Amino acid sequence: MKHNHRLQQLIHLSLAGALVFGFGALAQAAPAAPAANPAALAQRAEYHNGSTTAQAGQAITILPINRAKLWAGQRFDFEVEFPAGSTGTKVTINGTDAEKVFHKAAVVHNYGTHLSYRINNVSFPAAGAQEIVAAANGTGGELTRRATYTVVKETAKKKAKNVMLFIGDGMSMQAKELGRILSKGLSEGKFNDVLAMEKLPNMALITTSGYDSIVTDSANSMSAYMTGNKSVVNAMGVYENKTKDPLDDPKVETVAEILSRSKKMSYGMVSTAAVTDATPAAVVSHTRRRAEQPYIAAEFLHRNNPPQVVLGGGAQFFLPLGTPGSKRKDNRNLIQEFKDAGYQFAGTKTELNNLNGKDPILGLFTMSHMNVYMDREFLPKNQKVLKGFMDQPGLLDMTKKAVSVLEKNPNGFFLMSEGGSIDKQLHTMDWQRATYDTIEFDKTIEWAEQYAREHNDDTLIIVVADHAHGVSISGTYKEENGKTGREAVRVYADAKWPTFQDADKDGFPDNPDPDTTLAVQYANAPDHYENYRFQPTPTVPATVDAKGKVTANPKRAPQGARLVPGDIPTTTGETQECHSADDVVLMAGGPGSEYFHGVMDNTEVFFAILRALGVDATKGTPEIPFTAEDAAK
Amino acid sequence: MFRSLLARSGLLHRGRLLVTALCTTVVLGIATLGLPVGAHAASLEFGDMYAGATAEGLIFSDTLTSLAGSSVTMHGYMAPPLKPSIDFFVLTETPMSICPFCSSDADWPYNIVVVYVDGSVTALPYDQEVSVTGTLDVGSYVDGNTGFVSQVRLLGASVQ
Repeated sequence: MKHNHRLQQLIHLSLAGALVFGFGALAQAAPAAPAANPAALAQRAEYHNGSTTAQAGQAITILPINRAKLWAGQRFDFEVEFPAGSTGTKVTINGTDAEKVFHKAAVVHNYGTHLSYRINNVSFPAAGAQEIVAAANGTGGELTRRATYTVVKETAKKKAKNVMLFIGDGMSMQAKELGRILSKGLSEGKFNDVLAMEKLPNMALITTSGYDSIVTDSANSMSAYMTGNKSVVNAMGVYENKTKDPLDDPKVETVAEILSRSKKMSYGMVSTAAVTDATPAAVVSHTRRRAEQPYIAAEFLHRNNPPQVVLGGGAQFFLPLGTPGSKRKDNRNLIQEFKDAGYQFAGTKTELNNLNGKDPILGLFTMSHMNVYMDREFLPKNQKVLKGFMDQPGLLDMTKKAVSVLEKNPNGFFLMSEGGSIDKQLHTMDWQRATYDTIEFDKTIEWAEQYAREHNDDTLIIVVADHAHGVSISGTYKEENGKTGREAVRVYADAKWPTFQDADKDGFPDNPDPDTTLAVQYANAPDHYENYRFQPTPTVPATVDAKGKVTANPKRAPQGARLVPGDIPTTTGETQECHSADDVVLMAGGPGSEYFHGVMDNTEVFFAILRALGVDATKGTPEIPFTAEDAAK
Repeated sequence: MFRSLLARSGLLHRGRLLVTALCTTVVLGIATLGLPVGAHAASLEFGDMYAGATAEGLIFSDTLTSLAGSSVTMHGYMAPPLKPSIDFFVLTETPMSICPFCSSDADWPYNIVVVYVDGSVTALPYDQEVSVTGTLDVGSYVDGNTGFVSQVRLLGASVQ
């Protein structure tokens, strides 16, 4: 493995440098520039960007990127990439050589395609602005690149002890509203109630873009929440460098890593998706490629401060290759490795309920993503969908159990709980299944709010989507007088009201397919057949035809469905509905939640959490960067 | 534990299978060295492959294990190939929808069947049900070219 070899070389060089200069050396030499007005900083940053007039392929890259914001003491890998053939390279921070600032030697490596200048595992200990200048003699002349970082450290007036972060994956404002309509209903035009998450006192609009593209994915967006730094599609906990190796990109420390080392807090991840899927993985993982799930599974455990609770789907990456169902390419049994490390294991809801809550827990309940509420709880006879996994817990069950373990730490806890399939069901254009999962997500938050009230009101609760879907409620749909399909869509005054009923008052409509349902439309879908009705058997919207062109799935909505032409390309293989770049809404309550207001960048979630907890991130032993060698051991 | 026929025989490194096939069938533009379609082949349904599922491993059904090494016919949908010029495709119970940005082999349902053909998989009708006949191979196997992990395979398969 060429990349691994290269990585090993780098690691050895890094270790050598670390021995000379000492691990954990903090930046002390550089006098911090006075805190600048953020708007002025942004303006200056743009000017600097504009002034780097290098030709394509001849530009210097600085990672972290320009306009990055870091928490004082937060660890990161610093890398500058110079074009091939560069000489006389020089990197300064506020005018001082970067090696002196970080008290570490840079590892310079010539990849042939470019020159990498890298100093791993560094931080800025104090708040202030940091101006990076990288310069070299390129083959076409002098090259200069500048980047300005803002380093912050704040403390909320009333500090939180615990943080619960709830991620409604893909839960756009309209997806949330679908949950409110179906769960609470309206009378005389007024909602009978709002969702529990909507009762949280503080709210902000969150922008979701990464630094590579206006539209993000769940890895990139969760990475922003977890590290306070943007990344690129498919990446988490890293900036993207030029090498192909998905495990060598410069890392940025996550909130869970900071809290566990600096405050000795416990943390855990709960998801209805696979635990190695992007959102739960990004709590601690660092990789350019979210699909590195065998690596991610190992990375959870083999670190200084592993999570105390990991609950969700995804057993396939924990089982040795020889076990039917495994997707590992080696014979490591990670379930056994977790057990050997003192974890209790649960493979079913019954087993989870029976755990004593005294020890850390690994719970894996399906091979891949867990089944959705509709198939798991509402249509319990949907055995063809469940494929033998008949005893799965729900998000509320898992979240309660997770808290029962985490709350035992007197230093507090950080829990990430994700409604993962809201997104997955919107991808397959199954808004009813997505909405029942939104309701389940809300019931979990309702419990969390009650927990916070009963435990000194010292828990910061944050509820937010990681990105949106282009789903919209355009009216209602009712087949009558021979009208079906498009002709049965009712708009404006004709729409009236959907007829969802909840006679048993459990918050879930008794029938997901009432006489008058909602007309839900999609803004970024492939060609698909649409009949607006609930599908008892989940059916994907599109597939690929013999010429490789995305085409509507003829199996979907076979009765009376019309072909809806898509509005995404047919040649890029996208057979699912895509994410949208729409802002998402964040709702928060508890100490520190006052930070959220107005329109905010997604990276601010990270800073809000550290501010609420009053974190001194210069404390504690930094997580030694996890390497490919660790994953393979 | 089942040891894959592929692993045992060491025959398949680039999907080339030295099957004692007698006829060359051209199906859908593919030159297939395989068993005569439907000749003495047992029928296998997707729902018959596993007897149970737990988080610590799936359980192969007696039906599946008893047919290992035999000629078997299955009906399903071809998923679009992982990359061009590949010698296998994935047969699924229902048409597959994929997200090329986020997909990996993680996203496949567990009851897929990997079908190895002799030659490259091209120009197949991914949106129509097909009938595939080949030698059933059971047990964990990692494809040498792609790293794709499978539990159940049809080797030297012909497609209709």
